[in-house]
Amino acid sequence: MLPPNFEHWDAILKGLKESLEIAVLASFFGILIALPVGLLAARNLMPAWVSWSARALIAAARAFHPVIVAILFVKAIGFGAIAGIMALVVASVGFIGKLFAEAVEEISLKQLEGVRATGASFAGVIAFGVLPQVLPRFIGFSTYQFDSNVRNSTMVGVVGAGGIGAPLFVAFQRFEYDVVCAIILAIIAVVFLAEVISARVQRIFGA
Amino acid sequence: MPSAPGSAAARAWNRFTPAERLARFAVYLAVVAAVVVSAATVEFIPEFVYDAPEQMRDLLVRMWPVDFAHYPRGVHAALVETLHIASLGTLLAVALAVPVGLLAARNVTPVPALNYLAKLVLVSSRSVNSLVWALLFIAVFGPGALAGTLAIAFRSIGFVGKLFAEACEEAHPGTIEALAAVGAPWASILTHGYWPQVKPAFWAIVLLRWDINVRESAVLGLVGAGGIGVALNTAINLFQWNRVAVVLLAIFAVVIAAEILVTQLRKRLI
Repeated sequence: MLPPNFEHWDAILKGLKESLEIAVLASFFGILIALPVGLLAARNLMPAWVSWSARALIAAARAFHPVIVAILFVKAIGFGAIAGIMALVVASVGFIGKLFAEAVEEISLKQLEGVRATGASFAGVIAFGVLPQVLPRFIGFSTYQFDSNVRNSTMVGVVGAGGIGAPLFVAFQRFEYDVVCAIILAIIAVVFLAEVISARVQRIFGA
Repeated sequence: MPSAPGSAAARAWNRFTPAERLARFAVYLAVVAAVVVSAATVEFIPEFVYDAPEQMRDLLVRMWPVDFAHYPRGVHAALVETLHIASLGTLLAVALAVPVGLLAARNVTPVPALNYLAKLVLVSSRSVNSLVWALLFIAVFGPGALAGTLAIAFRSIGFVGKLFAEACEEAHPGTIEALAAVGAPWASILTHGYWPQVKPAFWAIVLLRWDINVRESAVLGLVGAGGIGVALNTAINLFQWNRVAVVLLAIFAVVIAAEILVTQLRKRLI
């Protein structure tokens, strides 16, 4: 395995770039979908049938590991980055949706009453009563999920869903362990960078 | 400096300092730029997406009827193996993570060099995905459940150790100082000072990690590290989608059962 063989550095960079693209787009769409789903799943805001169906959706999204979801999307959409993005969107909705719903259930209802007393509409109650209380935590979950998506985006390639996972698995099957070592080192560097970035963003937003 | 009456009303009240607003704006800008650049350059084949609904329907048609007869022959043993991998991996991880976590906790081990060494161990364990750990252990021990168990264990050390160290650092110093004052040896300080305080957090961490490991051990077989993933991979490679369906249902059932079990245990233990 040692020393690592960086001879194919251009292929490694290309794979890492695709992994990062998968992670960024999956986080973006996942966060976008998780916000309404999490609100719908909060039992203190929604009627029981709405929150239970949203909870069932979240549970289904969380049940399978992203790599297994990626297999199904590879079959449905074909090989490539889109399947990886879809798989990680599902994972993001499951994770952020669950934690966000729990955060919304813990909010103080006094502020909601205050906003309602001014005659605010339901949308107004959500925007000025609920969201200000939970937004820092939502940003915290989102940055954590971005971090997690970067880790998983390096792995969905093992089943053909794009990113650095494919060259890693190919090198492994060819017993080119020095190349495997180089790719793993590159992945660790990117994962570490993502962790630093998400910690920085969390500090900026006080999450 | 005394201010003229009325000037307070004219003063602009801002929630954030200019530096904070600039930092937030930079984050927004970076997010937008990252999304735009990614969306513009990501490989996108529209033909694949157009027939996705058809392919999805085809997938469901092929999965039906679910081949339940395959369960006792090819799935049950693999499922049990997956649970063994997850449980043994968690046990091994806890055994290794507790000493490392104690070394990483600044109040338990007041030696900065040891703290940093332990934190380095925890960070490197977490940086490597469990699938990568599995690939490494397969290279060493060959394919099978042993590689999977070690992969789960090594990936979990970082998680359990980090959270355990944080729990130790949050422990109240009162009881610990009292024990030290009566001359208790360090082993007694650990078992009577720290342990009662970190016990709830410890069980919560172990249960959470076991739950995660049940999910993770289901995919390790895709790279050959044993468990139900092997059955899944075989069925997919042979395009036996009705067998894939029964494997997926089995994984789903086990994951849900694990989550219910963890919720119940957490209520009892904590």
